Amino acid sequence: MTRTFMPTTRRRLLAGAAVTAATIAAPAIVRAQSGPLKVGVLLPRSGFEAGIGQDCQRGVAIAPAIFKSMGLPELTIMDGDTESSVETARARAAKMISDGAQCLVGAFDSGQTLAIAQVAEQNGVPLIVNIAAAPQLTEQGYKFVFRNFPTAGMILGDAFNNQKEVFGAVGHAPKTVVFMHVNDTFGTAMSKGINALMPKFNMPYTIAEEIAYDPAARDLSVEVAKAKAAAPDGLLVVSRLNDAMLITRELVKQRWTPQTILSMGPGWYEDEYFKTLGKLSDGPLSFVPWYDPNKKLAQQLEAALAKAYPGVNLNTNHVFTFEALLVAADAYKRAGSTDPKKLAEAIRTTNIADNVSIGTGIAFNAKGQNDKVKDGAIQNRGGKPVVIAPQAAANAKPEWPLQPYQDRG
Amino acid sequence: MAALLTRLTDGAPRRAVILLGILFATLVVAPWLVSDYLVTVLILILYLAYCGQAWNIMMGFTGQLSLGHGIYVGLGAYVAAVLFTRYGVGPWFGLLAAMPVAAACGAVIGFLAFRFGVTGVYFAILTIAFAEFARIGFDHLGIVNAAAGLFLPVAQYAHNDLWRLRGSPTMFYYVILAATLCAFILCRLLITSRIGYFWLAIREDEEAARAAGIDTFRYKIYAVTISAAVTSFAGVFYAFFYNNLFPEQVFNISQSIQIILGPVIGGVGTLFGPLLGAFVLTGLAESLNSALTAFGIDLPGAEQVFYGMCLLFVVVALPEGIWPWLARALGVTERVR
Amino acid sequence: MPIDVYLNVAVGGVLTGLVYGLMALGLSVIFGVVRVVNFAHGEMMSIAMYLAVVLFSAFHLDPLIMMVPIAAVLFVFGYALQSGLINPFITRPEHSQFLLLVALAIIIVNVLLIIFGPDARTVQTAYAFDSFQLGPLLVDAAKVYAGAAAIVIAALLFAFFRFTLIGTAIRACADNYTGALVVGLNVNRLYALTFGIGAACVGAAGAMMTLIVDVTPTIGPTYTLLAFVIVITGGLGSMPGALIGGILIGLTEALAGLLFTPSAKSMFAFGILVVVLLFRPQGILGKRPA
Repeated sequence: MTRTFMPTTRRRLLAGAAVTAATIAAPAIVRAQSGPLKVGVLLPRSGFEAGIGQDCQRGVAIAPAIFKSMGLPELTIMDGDTESSVETARARAAKMISDGAQCLVGAFDSGQTLAIAQVAEQNGVPLIVNIAAAPQLTEQGYKFVFRNFPTAGMILGDAFNNQKEVFGAVGHAPKTVVFMHVNDTFGTAMSKGINALMPKFNMPYTIAEEIAYDPAARDLSVEVAKAKAAAPDGLLVVSRLNDAMLITRELVKQRWTPQTILSMGPGWYEDEYFKTLGKLSDGPLSFVPWYDPNKKLAQQLEAALAKAYPGVNLNTNHVFTFEALLVAADAYKRAGSTDPKKLAEAIRTTNIADNVSIGTGIAFNAKGQNDKVKDGAIQNRGGKPVVIAPQAAANAKPEWPLQPYQDRG
Repeated sequence: MAALLTRLTDGAPRRAVILLGILFATLVVAPWLVSDYLVTVLILILYLAYCGQAWNIMMGFTGQLSLGHGIYVGLGAYVAAVLFTRYGVGPWFGLLAAMPVAAACGAVIGFLAFRFGVTGVYFAILTIAFAEFARIGFDHLGIVNAAAGLFLPVAQYAHNDLWRLRGSPTMFYYVILAATLCAFILCRLLITSRIGYFWLAIREDEEAARAAGIDTFRYKIYAVTISAAVTSFAGVFYAFFYNNLFPEQVFNISQSIQIILGPVIGGVGTLFGPLLGAFVLTGLAESLNSALTAFGIDLPGAEQVFYGMCLLFVVVALPEGIWPWLARALGVTERVR
Repeated sequence: MPIDVYLNVAVGGVLTGLVYGLMALGLSVIFGVVRVVNFAHGEMMSIAMYLAVVLFSAFHLDPLIMMVPIAAVLFVFGYALQSGLINPFITRPEHSQFLLLVALAIIIVNVLLIIFGPDARTVQTAYAFDSFQLGPLLVDAAKVYAGAAAIVIAALLFAFFRFTLIGTAIRACADNYTGALVVGLNVNRLYALTFGIGAACVGAAGAMMTLIVDVTPTIGPTYTLLAFVIVITGGLGSMPGALIGGILIGLTEALAGLLFTPSAKSMFAFGILVVVLLFRPQGILGKRPA
């Protein structure tokens, strides 16, 4: 067998030279050009987060028409796929900037978003985070990163407050709960947060047991059996779509219906959950960032979504991705230029009261965080989620307790 | 210095040495010539090349297939990251701590496996088991923040702080370029030394090697340990370049697969295989991405399908990898006696 | 915790383990006879699962019935794969085989993503939410049916290899490749047949798995790993071994989840794997290599 030592190849050299030549010959990056603002949207559209990424993409697809009707300037949207990986996210962000993107939006996953944030910051290109809850994003002292989404701490605080409001409205509260959570980035962060914050909120319930399960769990019968054995009043969960469906199925099979299911994460309000479980999907409460159904823009968004994607309910993914683009368009209008630095300055002074999500609107504090966004409480009812808290954003009254699964036809 | 150079180039065709020099020179000046995006791509390529080179020590030289090499990357990354975030220890000292940890882990795995005669595909599966074990274990380890992830504070990009590895991509590029060069030189030194020949004997026929009096157990442990220690630097680099670590991603089997794709495509056991493989694979991925965007095809998953098909083609058509074929075609191989 | 919780969990673990065992059965056959490290095993199962989903939404046939046509489709797929692509790789080093199958897995996963999209799909049979009550035990109906089917298929397979001529020929190839060639067996065709049979097992398992689990394009790798753990634990090339390995892993994971942190229960499976690899590499029912 021939052994090759100091190798190298003429061909590699040629390839390297070709790449070099091509890049030198390519026109230099002109950032502040005329023409619509180039916005690079980075989402995990393949890989294990593909479902969510592609759902977020729907928010991107329906935005242009709505912006036009609002009199906002046109945007050129560049679509990117982070492939659910940190390395790819970073490389794609660099590529987009290299291809002339003057603003970035993304990326749902905290790890990938952090990687993109570093690239954005280094290149002086603003990044508008659509969805990512890790507090670190806005704690790094970045000047070009803006987040219109609550941090894990904010989500929890609002959730506790909304829960108390709901308990007050129905006149009942669980005394004990079992806390089940998926053992991934989001679930673990929420778990830590809950354990740290709960004592400060004087909640009427205590956590009898905490059960963490594997995100790739194929079967949650053991976990649900454990929860059932503790005989709590309610179930507190942080889960994803798959686990939500698995847990519900197990509850039915093991013939146990808790008084309430309080979810502090995604899954229980998603379309697939309703479609698959039918009548069994009613009842669970989710405490998540959500849209305000009483706001005009929200109604407009809902109508546009229904037209473009019939059968798809408006949810967090669409809302916040849309709002990120809204921020970009609004800043572009006020800045009057596509220069990324001017754009960042304009974003910093954003003040949009007529938005979609719950709260007083979109504005960023010194760290680039929108601390005015509030979470809502939604309940599954008749195949759709309805907003039951906070009062100002509600469009239905909460129902209590969960109707036993065995009694549902 | 001169002696080292002589030792390194002894036996190699002159033409090859010159071309290598030119390649190295090109890589050194690359950041001034290409865009930031391409620098990022080159960093990815060199990172994979480095890992592949480290993996090659175990597989290419000694014939032990490790499919769980991500565990050493992860250990290196976490040790350095924890020392940095909790005690303010800089990455280079962190590396000094990470290497023994990774080496020890490799030694344990090697000891268990070789002592009990676990070889071939079973050894490969054993390495996967250990990597998965580490992944789930770290997912529950409080000190590294478990599954919630460990975030390194990112202070600034204004100036390049080599000591703390904080700075522009160009700085990271030179760090990984230097590392890859060192790995290359290390492999060349190893393979032309006594230990390298013992390894080759073990790879070709372990029974015969043992019969010839080589302590195969000891040398296999050396291979695993050295490979693990070298790989751990990649972990340290990863931690300080991406600034966030999740056990789910760092110890994932897909990381391990990424590491071995380069050398296997390029040519297992050859000195140049990992580098060539890394260039080809990353180049392929990025070209596919550009091509699909240029054609306006926006179909998530399409790029990976083409990528998989190219991999398939290379594996079927060039079983020894691209490098041996290329070297033969270009006449830069060592003359076979 | 009251004793019936343990009992329920244990029974559930055993039943789930049976289905895992059926999935691993295919790998045991492939790995044990053809000696190919099939790292695309889980992906093959996900193809079967998607087939089941599609057929169910089109014809509303129960997966247990559809098991047969799906297994047939997978058989053809496996046969073609082996004779067309994999055959030259049997004698090549493991890393080449590994890479071949990894490439295949990448292609399969992403083709499925393109065709079916990333959302989880499921098969909703009438009995999807049923459970039997036997005293203090609450047993999941779907799992019982799946488990029973697993045992039946394993028994059929065992009979095939034991009592038929082709089965014996295949075992001969596994035991002694050169000898098989010498006595004139068409080894290539038998290998292709075996791969096909292994794939058919996976197909059947996939059809049954849809009763228990939802399918997304990316669930393959978890099951591939699981299949390897079961096959090595139970014993390479042994059909009862695969089922027993499956039951052992299913039971251990269930009880570990109950007694410790459920999120760490996979560690036990890998722990068992390490112990088996070190101390009894032929597995529980495997034959010690000559």
